[in-house]
Amino acid sequence: MSFGPITLGHYLSLGGMLFALSVIGIYMNRRNLIVLLMAIELMLLAVNLNFVAFSHYLGDLGGQVFVFFILTVAAAESAIGLAILVVLFRNRSTINVEELDTLKG
Amino acid sequence: MSAQLSQNMLLAVPLAPLVGAVVAGFFGKAVGRAGAHTATILGVLIAFAISVAVLFDVVAGARFNATIYEWMVLGSLKMEVGFLVDGLTAMMMVVVTFVSLMVHIYTIGYMKDDPGYQRFFCYISLFTFSMLMLVMSNNFLQLFFGWEAVGLVSYLLIGFWYKKPTAIFANMKAFLVNRVGDFGFILGIGLIVAYAGTLSYAETFARADELAKLGFPGTDWMLITVICICLFIGAMGKSAQFPLHVWLPDSMEGPTPISALIHAATMVTAGIFMVARMSPLFELSDTALNFILIIGSITALFMGFLGIIQTDIKRVVAYSTLSQLGYMTVALGVSAYSVAVFHLMTHAFFKALLFLAAGSVIIGMHHDQDIRNMGGLWKYMKITWITSLLGSLALIGTPLFSGFYSKDSIILAVHASQLPAAGWAYFAVVAGVFVTAFYSFRMYFLVFHGKENFRHKPFPGEHDDHVDDAHAHGGAHRDEHGDAPGDTHGDAHRDAHGGGQAHTPHESPAVVWLPLVLLAIPSVVIGYLTIGPMLHGDFFKDAIFVDAARHPAMQELGAMFHGAAAMATHALGTLPLWLAVGGVVTAYLFYMVMPSVPVAIGRALSPIVKLLENKYYLDWFNEHVLAAGTRLLGRGLWKGGDGFLIDGLLVNGSARLVGMVAGLSRLVQTGHVYWYALVMLLGVFGLLTWQLWPALAGLAGH
Repeated sequence: MSFGPITLGHYLSLGGMLFALSVIGIYMNRRNLIVLLMAIELMLLAVNLNFVAFSHYLGDLGGQVFVFFILTVAAAESAIGLAILVVLFRNRSTINVEELDTLKG
Repeated sequence: MSAQLSQNMLLAVPLAPLVGAVVAGFFGKAVGRAGAHTATILGVLIAFAISVAVLFDVVAGARFNATIYEWMVLGSLKMEVGFLVDGLTAMMMVVVTFVSLMVHIYTIGYMKDDPGYQRFFCYISLFTFSMLMLVMSNNFLQLFFGWEAVGLVSYLLIGFWYKKPTAIFANMKAFLVNRVGDFGFILGIGLIVAYAGTLSYAETFARADELAKLGFPGTDWMLITVICICLFIGAMGKSAQFPLHVWLPDSMEGPTPISALIHAATMVTAGIFMVARMSPLFELSDTALNFILIIGSITALFMGFLGIIQTDIKRVVAYSTLSQLGYMTVALGVSAYSVAVFHLMTHAFFKALLFLAAGSVIIGMHHDQDIRNMGGLWKYMKITWITSLLGSLALIGTPLFSGFYSKDSIILAVHASQLPAAGWAYFAVVAGVFVTAFYSFRMYFLVFHGKENFRHKPFPGEHDDHVDDAHAHGGAHRDEHGDAPGDTHGDAHRDAHGGGQAHTPHESPAVVWLPLVLLAIPSVVIGYLTIGPMLHGDFFKDAIFVDAARHPAMQELGAMFHGAAAMATHALGTLPLWLAVGGVVTAYLFYMVMPSVPVAIGRALSPIVKLLENKYYLDWFNEHVLAAGTRLLGRGLWKGGDGFLIDGLLVNGSARLVGMVAGLSRLVQTGHVYWYALVMLLGVFGLLTWQLWPALAGLAGH
């Protein structure tokens, strides 16, 4: 059985699927705030994969350079996100997303 | 006598009574009764004196037509206060001020014990001011101001005894029915402003020929016909023509002096005066003249019938007024404007006389107005009796009396007219002569001759004028008979209201009979003296315009006229005179000789009597159909329109709508962070797709 060579399209599809999974993860998550943060990280990962794939197949190094930026930002952002999570737990004694609805209209 | 009329002199004519009214009205308590009546009588006396001087000047050829004060200018439309003084105005000024002066003097006696004495003088002076502004006006706006002002004062005076429910009903009725007429009137004035672009008489008359060529847009009617009919509807309201006559009999709820002043001599003649003043316009429309003729003749005849069955002395004279106004309107319809105005003048004198005499009788009868309770009063009230007789003879058209000249001129003019409705109108006015004579002398015989019914009253009942009434005798009289302090009539008086016995009437004081005498003089002589110059001379030459080619009635009248004396002798062979004599004789036979006959006739013709007693069911129609229908419409608009549509749907409904939309919108705010994140994501996705769609679509088609 022959499937042909792996093209850019395959990588893009993989990135897209990962992205979609993470969005579903954000929405379908009913209990854990940490899972939300993990889903956000997964979103950033999917985007990184896209950049690297484009960089390789189009021969432009700029994509890989940009991945560095994204990784840095992702790291900082998850640090802050976890810090917020800790403070939230101290105030609300829960990280169950279902219970955090004081902004309900 | 200068040939120029001074503006200040003319201005003093309406303003003097106004000053009197202000003094009596605002400072009534301060000046007291004597001050109030002195101020107002002085005002009217000045107005009368100047009016007479003006009349002499006008006869000598002076005229006046100028603006006194420019009130407002709207584009090219000028709204101003101005005076137009010619023969017609001068005559009206003299009539109005003279009758007003007589009524002012009479009121001193008639309203002597009324608590509202100063208020009454204020109102009658205010009325004099308004009526003078109306007749002296040279433009439609001032005419309308005067028109509305006399209507207002009439309302105030009819409801003078405002605690009496019938008086309040009557004054509302008068005002509302007048409003219907005023609605037509203002439509007419509006049309004139729209098509002639001016409110001034002179300019409108100058453009009359152009207006006559225009049609009313959207219909087959000529514009001038519509204008004239609208103006005449105003006259119908004010001058109580059928079917807008219903207010006048009810207006008898007011004190007798105002019945004489307003509802006989002056206010109700405003419509007649207006049509005569607008003669250049009315001459252009035969349709409008026919309409006027038909309405006038219906009023003249059918109101006379109603006078036959009345038992209240004032109501007989009221229906007589209605009938005579019909005669004046008929004269207008046949283009005999000067005859109509001439009858207006003679009628003002003898009708005011008859009303004031009726008032004198009412005083003598201690405010009992039922003629069935009277009789034989000639022995006790000599001056009232003689003047009443003179007034009645004038009314029925006895030769040489003033009413004869004016009435017969109307009958001759109708006979000479070529209009389609003239045949019916001639029958109506001639038949009306018999009817007039009959009801006038029925009243005369029942009141002044025959059995003295006041000794044992057959119809004691309540006395109409008794709430806050006026009394020419000393003591104040309250509703709780017999216990008022200062009641100088003691037991006899008490019995009068309990068992129908009264003490003998006596003649009224001098302030009451003097105006009667002064009014009786012109009632007798003015016709003979003025018919020549007024009808067949130059008196109204530039005031009234008649298109002699199309409406030859006046011309034929002129050809037949050979002097006042000749007219009187010639009348002896004519039908109207014999009908009048017949009416008097029939009244004598029915009410003096064989009183059982009218009773029997009444029983035999009882459906007709019922129709007459219910005033042709017009009042029933107005109260149960028009008024009730209006109230129903009002209720429907209130509950349905205002309540349901505006409050329910628009105001509360929009609030509910906002509430519903908000209720739905709030579901987006779940309070969950992940939801917000998802929505943000979807939002960005949607925006990008929308913005990049053209590029994406192109890419797809690649």
